[in-house]
Amino acid sequence: MTGTFTPTEMMTIAAARTLTNDDICFVGIGAPSAACNVARLTHAPKITLIYESGTIATKPDVLPLSIGDGELCETALFTVSVPEMFRYWLQGGRITTGFLGGAQIDRFANLNTTVVGDYAHPKVRLPGGGGAPEIASNCGRILITMAMGTRAFVEKLPFITSMGHGEGGDHRARLGLKTKGPTAVITDLCVMQPDPVTKELAVVSIHPGVARETVAAACGWALKFAETVTETPAPTPEELSVLRDIQARTRNAHKAA
Amino acid sequence: MCDIRTKLKYRTIVLTRMGLLPYLKTLTAHSVNGRPLSLSIQGTRAMAELMSLADAIAANVRDGDSVAFEGFTHLIPFAAAHETIRQGRRDLTLIRMTPDIIYDQMIGAGCAKKLKFSWGGNPGVGSLHRMRDAVENGWPHALGIEEHSHAAMANAFEAGAANLPFAMLRGYIGADLPKVNPMIRSVTCPFTGEVLAAVPAIRPDVSVIHAQRADREGNVLLEGIVGVQKEAVLAAKRSIVTVEEVVDALDPPSRNSVVLPHWTVSAIAVVPGGAYPSYALGYYPRSNATYIAWDAIARDRDTFLAWMQDNVLSGQPGDFARHARPRAGAN
Repeated sequence: MTGTFTPTEMMTIAAARTLTNDDICFVGIGAPSAACNVARLTHAPKITLIYESGTIATKPDVLPLSIGDGELCETALFTVSVPEMFRYWLQGGRITTGFLGGAQIDRFANLNTTVVGDYAHPKVRLPGGGGAPEIASNCGRILITMAMGTRAFVEKLPFITSMGHGEGGDHRARLGLKTKGPTAVITDLCVMQPDPVTKELAVVSIHPGVARETVAAACGWALKFAETVTETPAPTPEELSVLRDIQARTRNAHKAA
Repeated sequence: MCDIRTKLKYRTIVLTRMGLLPYLKTLTAHSVNGRPLSLSIQGTRAMAELMSLADAIAANVRDGDSVAFEGFTHLIPFAAAHETIRQGRRDLTLIRMTPDIIYDQMIGAGCAKKLKFSWGGNPGVGSLHRMRDAVENGWPHALGIEEHSHAAMANAFEAGAANLPFAMLRGYIGADLPKVNPMIRSVTCPFTGEVLAAVPAIRPDVSVIHAQRADREGNVLLEGIVGVQKEAVLAAKRSIVTVEEVVDALDPPSRNSVVLPHWTVSAIAVVPGGAYPSYALGYYPRSNATYIAWDAIARDRDTFLAWMQDNVLSGQPGDFARHARPRAGAN
C-alpha cells in the first residue's frame, strides 16, 4: 500500500508535519484531530494535545468521534471544567497553537461554519462556531486544514464565524490582537501560507502528482502562488502506517459501541 | 401571565416545594425596581428530594420555562429529556452549549420555542436535522435562536453561578456573531480602558443534569468531563439530577472532586443508563454507533416521528436500564 496514498492522507500528514514537540495544541474535531495525533505518534511524541471538553495532555489510542469521548478523558493528564478551559487555559494565553477546520474559507483565512445564505433565513444552517471564535484570537498561531473545492474556498464568506486576517494587512493588530492568526492552510492539494505583508494566502507547496492548474481550479478566488513553490514531500511509509493504523482502530471502535 | 401577584403565588408554590418558604421574606427584601429578585436563592437551603423521574419533571419543569439540560458530550441527561417530551412540555427556552441529539429530539417533538446554544451539530457526524428543519423551514414550528460562542456560554453559566448579572470575556474579535445577536454587547474595563465582550448571565428556571451517583442524603458526585454542569445547577432556580445509582457512601475519588451538596439540588431521580447514548465514565461508554445512526433517523420527518413514537412516547424511564453497566471496580 505504501507508495500510493490518497489526497486526504497527504493532507493529514502534511498537517501533522506542521506540529512540533513544543506545541501546546488546542485540537478541533475531525481532520485536525487526525493530524495532531499522527504528529504525536510520529515526530512529535511530546506534543501537548488539548480538547475543548477540558481534557489536557491527552493521548487517545483511537480518534474521538466527538470532542468529549471517554477516550480523551481516560488518557488525559487531567481534565478541567469547560469554563476553566476557556478562561484560564485558552483566554489565559497558555495555548501555542489552535488547529481548526471549517466549512468555508476566504483569501485571508477567515472561516465560516455558521450559515450559508442570510443569517435570519439561512439556506443551510451549519453547526456554528463552538470554540472557534476565541480559539482564533487567543492561540499563539492558527493552523487550518480542509479539503479544497470552489464551494469551500470562496471569494466572499456569507458569515465570518472566526477571524483569520480579516480584511488583510494589519487588521488583526488594529483590533488589538497580539497573536499571529492563521500561519498555514493545509489542503488535500497544496499548502498555503499568508503573505507576510498583505496576509493574502498563497500556495507555497503542491502535493506530489497535483498540477498547478488543478489547485487553481479548486479555489473560488484568483489564487496566488508564492515565488518559489516546492513539491510537498510524499508521505513516508511510517507516516502512512501510523495514520492507517489509528484510522482502522477508530473505525472498529466506533462500530463496536 | 406576568402580573406580580401571579408571580408571587407561583413563587410560593416553588418555594414550598423546595422547602424554601421560610426564606420568602428574605428573598422579597432583595428587589430591584419593585421586582423581587427570586433568583437570590444563594445563601438559602434547598433539600434534594429523591423521587421518580416522572414526578421530578412534573414538579419542576413547566410550560414556558427556560431549561438547561447540560452535559458536554458526557453525562447528557437523555432519560430526563424523554420524560419531558412524554409529559408534553411546550414553549420551552432550551439552553445548552451543544444541542446534540438530545435537543434535536426535543425540538423535533415540538417542546421548544427558543434555543440558546453555541455549537449545533451531531459531533463528528454532521447536521442536527431536526434543529435545521426548525431553523430553515419552521417545522414543527418556528424556533427562535440566540447563538453564542462556547467561551461566552461557559462564562455566562459561570456568571449565573456566581450571582452576577453578566459575564465578560475577550471574545468575538473580528467575528460576525455580535452583528446578528443583540445579546452580545461590550463593556469597558474601568482600569485599563480595554473593551471586552459582555453577555448576560445564564439563569435557567431549571437545570437538569445526569451524574454518576448520589448518596442517601442527596449529595451528588460528577467525574470525568464535567462540562458546565456544576455552574448550570448553581445558576438555576431549580435543578433535577438523574444518577446511575444511590450509594451509602459517596466516596469522592479526590478531596477536590466535583460534588453538588444536597442543599443545592431540588430533585434526584435514580435512572441507570439515563445518559445513553452519551456515556457515564466508569459505567458505560458513549454509543458512537447510535450517534452515527441518528443521522438517517433524523433526516426525514416521518422516520423521526416513527422513531419518537416507538422509543420515547411509548417508552418509560426504566427503558434506559438496559444500557446501564455496573460501576467499574465496584464490589
